[in-house]
Amino acid sequence: MKINLTSVLVDDQAKALEFYTGVLGFEKKSDIPLGEHRWLTMVSPEDPGGPELVLEPDAHPAAPPFKQALVADGIPFTSFAVTDVNSEFERLTGLGVRFTQEPTQMGPVKTAVLDDTCGNLIQIAAQEPRG
Amino acid sequence: MGDVFKALADPTRRAILDELSERNGQTLFELCSRLATKHQLGSSRQAISQHLDALEAAGLIESRREGRYKFHDLDTRPLERIADRWLEPGRWEER
Repeated sequence: MKINLTSVLVDDQAKALEFYTGVLGFEKKSDIPLGEHRWLTMVSPEDPGGPELVLEPDAHPAAPPFKQALVADGIPFTSFAVTDVNSEFERLTGLGVRFTQEPTQMGPVKTAVLDDTCGNLIQIAAQEPRG
Repeated sequence: MGDVFKALADPTRRAILDELSERNGQTLFELCSRLATKHQLGSSRQAISQHLDALEAAGLIESRREGRYKFHDLDTRPLERIADRWLEPGRWEER
């Protein structure tokens, strides 16, 4: 058994595609019409054969209140690995991305938290030696 | 004023103030992460949330909604009144 898919619940798939590819820098892997919505997945250009991120509609009525509660408390929905949190923070801030947490050392990892514009907070994290 | 001393009597609440003095305007998530990784305080999110309520009741922090997010800011004015009371007694007025 292995993990090949993970998902974020987005309020608008077209807008999410724009943000996850154009801003974060992922690449579209599948885009299959599926009735009202699409089967829409991303991969990292650093690992095109790796796990896929599903941009999944948050159409279930329970999803929006759940997402809003997480966002209000600053809790990220998921986390992506980067090599340098500070330089990603600079790059993404330059592209107009809103961060709710600036780069901060949290024990062995440095993290920052950004708004994906689709109703989620996303953490970026890098293992960094302390000191 | 009594609330301030009660709020400051708790080590977790003092750690929260330490972290907010390092960076103002933190989410509950950031505060919990800092307390866990820097202070080895593994309190639940609910417990930290209650500590924040106590600090807010004492006037030591202010929570602010900004769009969909909620941030917590340090407010040191109650501490200035404590300092005034003993360091500059002439300025003290019982309230």
